[in-house]
Amino acid sequence: MSSDTAVLSADPEFEHRRGGLEKIQHLLHRSPVLSPLAVLVLSSLVFTLLGKGRFQDPSSIGTMLQATAVMATLAIGQTLIILTAGVDLSVGTAMLLTHLVMARQVFVGGWPPIVAMGVGVVLAMLMGLFHGWLVTKVALPAFIVTLGTFYIYQSLGNVYGKAQTIDSKDLGGPRGLLMFMSREINLGSFTINTGVVFALLLYVIFAFVLAKTAWGRHVYATGDDREAARLAGVDTRRVLLSVYVVAGLIYGLGAWVQLGRSQNASMNGAADVNLQSITAVVIGGTSLFGGRGRLWGTLIGALIVAVFDRGLSLAGVDQNYKNLAIGVLILVAVALDQWIRKVGK
Amino acid sequence: MTEPILQAHGLTKRFGRVTALDSADFELYPGEVLAVIGDNGAGKSSLIKCLSGAMMPDEGEILLEGQPVTFRRPQDAQAAGIETVYQTLAVAPALDIATNMFLGRERRRSGPLGSILRMVDDGGMRRDAKKALDDLGIGTLQDITQAVETLSGGQRQAVAVARAAAFGSKVIILDEPTAALGVKESGQVLQMIRDLRDRGLPVILISHNMPQVFEVADRIHIQRLGRRAGVVTPSSVSITDAVAVMTGALQINPENEHLGPVPR
Repeated sequence: MSSDTAVLSADPEFEHRRGGLEKIQHLLHRSPVLSPLAVLVLSSLVFTLLGKGRFQDPSSIGTMLQATAVMATLAIGQTLIILTAGVDLSVGTAMLLTHLVMARQVFVGGWPPIVAMGVGVVLAMLMGLFHGWLVTKVALPAFIVTLGTFYIYQSLGNVYGKAQTIDSKDLGGPRGLLMFMSREINLGSFTINTGVVFALLLYVIFAFVLAKTAWGRHVYATGDDREAARLAGVDTRRVLLSVYVVAGLIYGLGAWVQLGRSQNASMNGAADVNLQSITAVVIGGTSLFGGRGRLWGTLIGALIVAVFDRGLSLAGVDQNYKNLAIGVLILVAVALDQWIRKVGK
Repeated sequence: MTEPILQAHGLTKRFGRVTALDSADFELYPGEVLAVIGDNGAGKSSLIKCLSGAMMPDEGEILLEGQPVTFRRPQDAQAAGIETVYQTLAVAPALDIATNMFLGRERRRSGPLGSILRMVDDGGMRRDAKKALDDLGIGTLQDITQAVETLSGGQRQAVAVARAAAFGSKVIILDEPTAALGVKESGQVLQMIRDLRDRGLPVILISHNMPQVFEVADRIHIQRLGRRAGVVTPSSVSITDAVAVMTGALQINPENEHLGPVPR
């Protein structure tokens, strides 16, 4: 019996007052979206001042959102996986392989677009199922699994695509189903496309699912403490498997957004999205250790990446410094997460 | 004689060449606190894991209210009315109290919000979580939406015990509930155990703490070398003798339950 710990029991006079720093720690613990939101607002203000009127220009903002939609969509799947303490390095190549299948089956195979789309989405979900199977049944780390599949999908895509680029008219033109996500929506000089609206819709849906359904709770619990969740009665293997399949579904939908964005199909379409999606999740305040974070944080994280990208180039800063700034942001975000997780210890 | 609510016969569990349980027997009667004591490696944990569904025995049978049962997963035992508070507490630290108490058995909202949108009933679950804590006399937790990791060790224990009490309809198993607690918090947990018994729920208490075992238990199951060395009552045996049985210095005569030296 450790009698020396008795004093630590809940007598109020022994409970110490929270200092200012500790208050901030508890605030961020409760609302992990606050710090990325502050970064987004502050950086937008700074770039508005530096941008000589071009940063806050509505058409400029519209373009920025269109350029971010694909990565932001994929980052939803990435968030789900990181919430379970996993990571997916193959988001980008999985999406590219899928969009290539959709495009080539219409262009070369002569399939109806709706069938090619459906097959593409199912294929992406099968990729997710494969990742989930390797993670849960074979018990491999998600990092290694998706590092492997990153190369596999890249290579399969190159072989299957024969290094060709399928362009807009072969995809059925801007009125076709495959390019539905390219349709423009004009609000004055502010122009976005259906892809941006679709990505936002996915955020609304999955934010609801994560926060308000039992499945969402189980995703958090599995990532937070897998053994505890299992003992409490959560079928953690099924939860993990379903997370990877749902992430696959999102990559399939992301492929559709990509077709609308790039208006062509090739394996070189979106080279940066693999790592950028992880960046968005981490800057958005989701813990790489799992169980903590909000989907809206990821959207903010994706916007932060876009704002830095656009803001620094408008301010005439060398592109290399953009990556330096993003790199610093990642380190700060991870250090902040470590500090927040120490709450109550 | 009343029928045991939970019993096991000939439980055997081997891990390679190690025999954790060697044809162990077990009985728990309605309305009692049964302590399970034993030295490290005596098979306490394996016995409890078999009873709570965390592990499947290689041989032997488990009977709940006289009916044979098979637990493949913890959920099976939970569904049968057996709730376990593990030494690790099995709470997700980043999630709040109410979410943890209903983890794995979330309730949905009534109407289309629940049936179509599958929305969980947060209001109702928070209300009932608060009530379950109040029922155990733990009014000190002001905020049911507080993350569990912001609580003290005793408060976390209280959350885990309250969860077990709220869902356990037949048996509550507590694995070393006071091991990480101070004197005052340990006293509160012992009081919770008595309250559970007074509500009619039989409790299995696994503990190394002999004074606590003798204070709260009605009967004491002594586990040794993978099997039951005997069952004693706190009033008939001293702590020293119970420890002697645990370590093998004394043995219990199964005929008359008298203690005697181990025959050579």
